[in-house]
Amino acid sequence: MSEFFAMGGYAFYVWTAYGLTFVLMLLGIIKPLLNHKHILRRLILKRQREKTS
Amino acid sequence: MFMRFIYKFSSPPYFYAISAKMLPWLTVLFLVLLGYGLYGGLVTAPADYQQGDSFRIIYVHVPAAWMSMFIYVVMAISGGIGLVWRIKLAEIVSISSASVGASFTFLALVTGSLWGKPMWGAWWVWDARLTSELILLFLYLGIIGLYSGIEDKRTASRAVAILALVGVVNIPIIHYSVEWWNTLHQGATVTKLDKPSIHIDMLIPLLFMAGAFKVYYFIALLLRSRNELLEREQNAKWIDELLENVK
Repeated sequence: MSEFFAMGGYAFYVWTAYGLTFVLMLLGIIKPLLNHKHILRRLILKRQREKTS
Repeated sequence: MFMRFIYKFSSPPYFYAISAKMLPWLTVLFLVLLGYGLYGGLVTAPADYQQGDSFRIIYVHVPAAWMSMFIYVVMAISGGIGLVWRIKLAEIVSISSASVGASFTFLALVTGSLWGKPMWGAWWVWDARLTSELILLFLYLGIIGLYSGIEDKRTASRAVAILALVGVVNIPIIHYSVEWWNTLHQGATVTKLDKPSIHIDMLIPLLFMAGAFKVYYFIALLLRSRNELLEREQNAKWIDELLENVK
């Protein structure tokens, strides 16, 4: 197992490459999901304001 | 039949509804492809006889680089369709692709750098492949900047489409850079007319990773397009009905 993580001495390069890819791809999904919630909430509030005014 | 599907698919309320149904299936497909690709790439594929285990960076580097070019072409074509036929959804697909493409371009450059340091002894060289890929990143960033700089989103989409179409010239330059110039970057091993010069045990995980990245792009594109659609159509009647159901 430790041999697997050592990556034949290239652990730093291999795991940094995979780690960065993982983080960026995850952010690329989380960001639009959060954004979707914000937009819906904003549009609902906007409709309510229009009704009351 | 196909054209009718495209016509229906590009209607905003239909797109919004069907994309929500597609997302869970796409997520499952992505995870299966990714799981197999990672296992094959990190565990079962043998170490390279020259590069040892450092070659395993290929499984994130090459799919990211392929996607950086593929997404650019999708962005330019859908931008062109939006420019000519004024189809709103084409404009939305075009601009929603830009940030996904930019992250893949960035990843291709950084993972390449992490591969280059142990193999070439340098993080960066001004070689034709690396330089043209860097120009691709600047094109993406220019497109994102231009779009956010123009208030009216329909005008912004047209400006962006023209920039994207002009920038397409860079795509064949990236692909053929390793042939046209004497580069430090190695030549193509898979995307060439001749038989791929990579062992089948190394190739199959690469194809799975490439498939996973492509499905990922589709997921990220749908999520972004849905948001962009809500923003642009915020006063439309179908959004009223949609918001009623959210509450």
